Amino acid sequence: MSARIRVNGREEELNVPTVAALLADRGIAAGTRGVAVALNGAVLPSRRWDETALSAGDALEIIRPVQGG
Amino acid sequence: MNDTLTIAGREFRSRLFLGTAGYPNQQVMLDALEASGSELVTLAIRRISLDGYSESLVDVIGDRAGLLPNTAGCLTAKEAVLTAQLAREALGVDWIKLEVIGDRELLYPDVEELLRATEELVGDGFTVLPYCNDDPVTCRKLADLGAAAVMPLGAFIGSGLGIRNPHAIETICARSPVPVVLDAGIGTASDAALAMELGCAAVLLNTAVSKARDPVRMAAAMRDAVAAGRAARLAGRMPKRAFAEASSPQLGLIGT
Repeated sequence: MSARIRVNGREEELNVPTVAALLADRGIAAGTRGVAVALNGAVLPSRRWDETALSAGDALEIIRPVQGG
Repeated sequence: MNDTLTIAGREFRSRLFLGTAGYPNQQVMLDALEASGSELVTLAIRRISLDGYSESLVDVIGDRAGLLPNTAGCLTAKEAVLTAQLAREALGVDWIKLEVIGDRELLYPDVEELLRATEELVGDGFTVLPYCNDDPVTCRKLADLGAAAVMPLGAFIGSGLGIRNPHAIETICARSPVPVVLDAGIGTASDAALAMELGCAAVLLNTAVSKARDPVRMAAAMRDAVAAGRAARLAGRMPKRAFAEASSPQLGLIGT
């Protein structure tokens, strides 16, 4: 069975090596203004996206600001 | 006359903070923002859609106003702290409108979790503006923990019911060591003016403008109401009396 991770609450197959690769896959370049990432409940600064490897069971939150009150 | 509002060392000429949600479209939101004169707008933080690109709200607002991200929807201190930290990472802003909700239907604050989150975020270097109950004790505890302002509710979020307990708001304003921002419940301009007359330092509102029939016009009305209420507060209102007192002279009445 392949390794799986959770991205924004959705389980998916892990088929990229790093956080940066996962985001690039979604069209989000490192340093994109307004995007932030938490890995397993802690903020992962964008400068570390490149070096941070993903492994089975990881949970990622990828957020952006939206309209709010 | 110079009457700037200072929160955590930052000065505001406008005492109106505006939410960005629920406008008919983005242009109306921008026009309302301009008409309001507001220098600080609130944003929410949400999971990004992984399905495709959409224009960033941050780019849309640009340098029109400062950004105040919120933790709307968070039910625990833990969720709120992570949301605030993500907002700081995403926006480079360490101000946070802290909302920790104890009831999804009423959107009423959970005081225990709110206090916990305030303490943690202040310790982490945030400028914390907590949305809270109209309760002088909670407001004092928040200020003691280092909140830069307190933001008691006038009524339920989005209800437009106005200030349900003006005496509580007035009491909070009289005792608070930090600025009091009336947050939530404003329905129309007179509500905003009342908040300022009661001694609030500023008003934060969203739905009253975004769901008005003409949001841009209502934004201008709110700008004027906040300015009028502030001026009335500074002017000092006349004492209230239980009975009439003639304002015209009582001497020289014809026929006496």
